[in-house]
Order: sequence, then structure tokens, then C-alpha cells
Amino acid sequence: MAYPENYKYTREHEWIEVAGNVGTVGITDYAQNSLGDIVFVDAPKVGAKVEKGAVFGSVESVKAVSDLYSPVTGTVTEVNGELASSPEKINTDAHSSWIIKVELGDPAEVGSLLSAADYEKFIAEETGK
Amino acid sequence: MATSTPMALRKTPLNVMHRRMGAKMVDFGGWDMPVEYSGLIAEHMAVRTSVGLFDVSHMGDIQLRGPGSLDAVQHISMNDASKLREGQAHYSAMLYPQGTFVDDVIVHKLSDNDYLIVINAGTREKDFHWVKSNVQRFNCHANDYSDYYTQLAIQGPKAAETLAKLTKVDLSAIKGYWFKWGTVCGLANTLVARTGYTGEDGFEIYVPSDVATSERVWNEALEAGKEFGILPCGLGARNTLRLESAMSLYEHEISDKINVFEAHLDRFLKLEKGPFIGSEALKTILAEGGPTKKLVGLEMMERGIARDGYPVVDAAGKKMGAVTSGSPAPFLKKNIALAYLPTELAVVDGEVAVEVRGNPVKARIVPTPFYRRPKKTA
Repeated sequence: MAYPENYKYTREHEWIEVAGNVGTVGITDYAQNSLGDIVFVDAPKVGAKVEKGAVFGSVESVKAVSDLYSPVTGTVTEVNGELASSPEKINTDAHSSWIIKVELGDPAEVGSLLSAADYEKFIAEETGK
Repeated sequence: MATSTPMALRKTPLNVMHRRMGAKMVDFGGWDMPVEYSGLIAEHMAVRTSVGLFDVSHMGDIQLRGPGSLDAVQHISMNDASKLREGQAHYSAMLYPQGTFVDDVIVHKLSDNDYLIVINAGTREKDFHWVKSNVQRFNCHANDYSDYYTQLAIQGPKAAETLAKLTKVDLSAIKGYWFKWGTVCGLANTLVARTGYTGEDGFEIYVPSDVATSERVWNEALEAGKEFGILPCGLGARNTLRLESAMSLYEHEISDKINVFEAHLDRFLKLEKGPFIGSEALKTILAEGGPTKKLVGLEMMERGIARDGYPVVDAAGKKMGAVTSGSPAPFLKKNIALAYLPTELAVVDGEVAVEVRGNPVKARIVPTPFYRRPKKTA
């Protein structure tokens, strides 16, 4: 699986794509594969505040619940409405199925996130390959 | 979220096969088992609409042999084994003296002197020691044959057509919960039972447990079911299938702390057959007014998934019970759960709430099973 080079990643398996002062956030292909068939996404509302490293919602598969950790601090500007009726889109294409868009409170935070290469190394270590 | 290969877990003879097929593995009661292959929902739907194949070799098999076998079974099992005919099986449970569960089992009558008790994976050793020590005074031997068998479950509306390609045994002559012996995949004297844990029609076959035979039979079953779209299925789908059918799982709906009446399994309890382990305690419970809590089915009415262990609360938010098993139901497309509630509140159509990670989500008490397979019309 190719992890987009222009995205940044967290050890909790979220990705963020930054354009200007807005970050688009989702979960990685590794995360969706671990979870299995996704049936429910619990996302915050537009206007909600998110904090780097803090839980901002959850993703549920048939067999498990997984908390979502925000890669950045900021304010939610958009929520992906498609996921309310079709959460399985995350399984089909995790790197396009964004969950929230965030107006960044501190753009410098992005610098400390993992690059695609670092994230791939991280998950290789996790799975003991 | 990582799954590594643990050294200490037990493995069935098909373990290498499951890993070769790319199954996601999980620790189930100390066993390294496949939880899903292609996807839980796809596997669940394959069983409901066509056919699925499960490796259930982790389950145990206890044989009771000798002239005193029936008396021994009657002593440890709550159902009435004297009603079984040769070739017939029934669901039952072994109970502690308090009337709570050692395990739930399927008892098969092979002959007047020969009974096979199929038990759960996580309770193999406990059950065998329980049986052995409690049948000592009867004229019979208890043998643990668990490792002798690879047990495969072929389940779904197309299970019979699939299995028919592998055997000349007349499957149409085997009714539900009955079994026959015959040649399957060229293996003589194979036990073929019309039993299962999915709520669908299906069979469980017991073949020799060497790896070569186990893999051959597994592959032949997949080949036979190919035209019906057969899928190998893991424990994930096994759980959602049995939950839709409201079948109990040990340590969830039944345990050493729950009695037969609470678990709503008294239709399998035959107190009239005479005393057995647990019968006196159960009679006392009845005499004193019955169970104080009862197992009910819940259907979520608002967005939210009730999961194992979540509290069930009343309108004031006070905890009155807990979910024993809860999950999305892939076929019914609802979120369902089984839960224990105080008897006076355990009434169909009653409204409760399940606390889903701190938030109360409305649920309705519904009749169980949640799913009943369509009756065959012909």
C-alpha cells in the first residue's frame, strides 16, 4: 500500500493533508484493515474544537470501537456527511475518505508528525515484519 | 491494533492453512483462531444466503462409553438423554450444584453405551475434569477425544448441496440435530451431524486431525462450494451469526454465576427426569419465586452500538443490568444486544437505554431470536 507522500501521519493511524491553514483528516489504510468492516463514524460537529493528541470521535467496525486522535489543534470547519450513510467508504479508500477538516490553530504542529516513510516504518515494526 | 504470532496459543490442525489464506488471527480462549478472511460482513452474508465454511476444531469432544453411560449423562446433563434415539443429538448444559453453568453442550447418542458430548474450546480441560470426576461412580469410561478430530462446520442454505458433493450419505434423511456415519471425502466412518451455531441449516463433520487430511477436506469443501460462492468464515462472523439467532456464548449469556432460569434456557431443563447435579438448587429457585433477573433481547432505537459489558440504565440513568453480547447485526441491519435485566423490567416492548461510552442510547426489548431462518417450502 502506498501512503501518500504529501500526507502526514500519527502513531494512532490518522493522516492529515494540509493546504494553507486547513488540514483534512482521516484514518490510514492500515487502520481500516485492522478494524474490519466499518459501520459507524462518530464525528464532532462543525465549530467544535479539537486538540492535538486528544480524542475527537470514534470509528466503529462490527467487532471493535477505535478512538480518533486529532493530529492538530484547531476548529472543525467541515464534516464528511457521506460517512453517516456510507461509513464503509473508509474501507474501500481510506486515504480519500476524510472525516473532518480543521482550521489549524498552530500550523507548526504539523512539522512534528510522521512522514509517509516514517509511518510505513512504524507499522512495519508494529506488525513485526 | 497489531497482531503478532504468539507462541503460547493453542492451534488447530488448520492453523497454517488459515494463515496461508491470509486470515486475520485472534486469541480466542487461548486458541490462535481466524477471526475473518475476506471480511466479517461478507462471511456473515455468505452463511445467511448461500454457504460458509468454519474450522471449529478448537471445540472439545468427550466420549462416555460403557453400560452406565446413560446414567452418567443423566447425572451431569440437564436435558433428558433418555429421550435421545440412536443418531440423535440435543442441546443441553452441565450445571454446578447451584444450578449455574459449567458449560453448554451438545449431547449425541451414538448407542446405548456410547455418548459424545461436544463442549466449548475455552472450557475443554475444566469440562473434562468435571465429567471425569462426576461419572466415577457409574459403569463407564470418560475419554477426551478433542485432539482426535478436525471439526468443520458447513453452514447455510446451500450447505447440504455442498456437502452432498463430498459424500454419498443421504443428507436429506438427516433431520436437524440428528447425525449419521458415512464416507466423506473418501474417509470412512465420518460423523456427519446436522448441527451448528449459526441459525442456518448446516452440518458439522468430524474428520481425522492430522494436518494432511484436515487440509485436504478443507480444500475439497471449498472446491465443492465454489459454485455457490462459499466463503471460509472466521470467529467474527460466527459471533454475529449466533447473536442474530440469540444463541448463548459461555462467559457472556451463561457462566458459573448465572442459573438456567435467568439464562432463559429452561426449555432444555428436564427436572422431571429425576435428580441430577443442579436439580435441587433449581427446584428451590422455582419454589422461591423464580429468577430475579432475566436475559432479554435489545434492539437499539437511536444511533449507537451496544457492546459487551455496556451498562443498561433506566430513565434516571441508574444501572439496572448489563449487555452480555452486543454488536451490529449484518443481516438484520440493526444494532442488537442480549442483556440481563431485573425480572420485573424484562418485558417485551419495554424501553431502556444502553450507556454507550457515557451516553445513554435508547433501546427496545424485543423477542428473541432476532433472526429465524425462512421455513423451507417443499
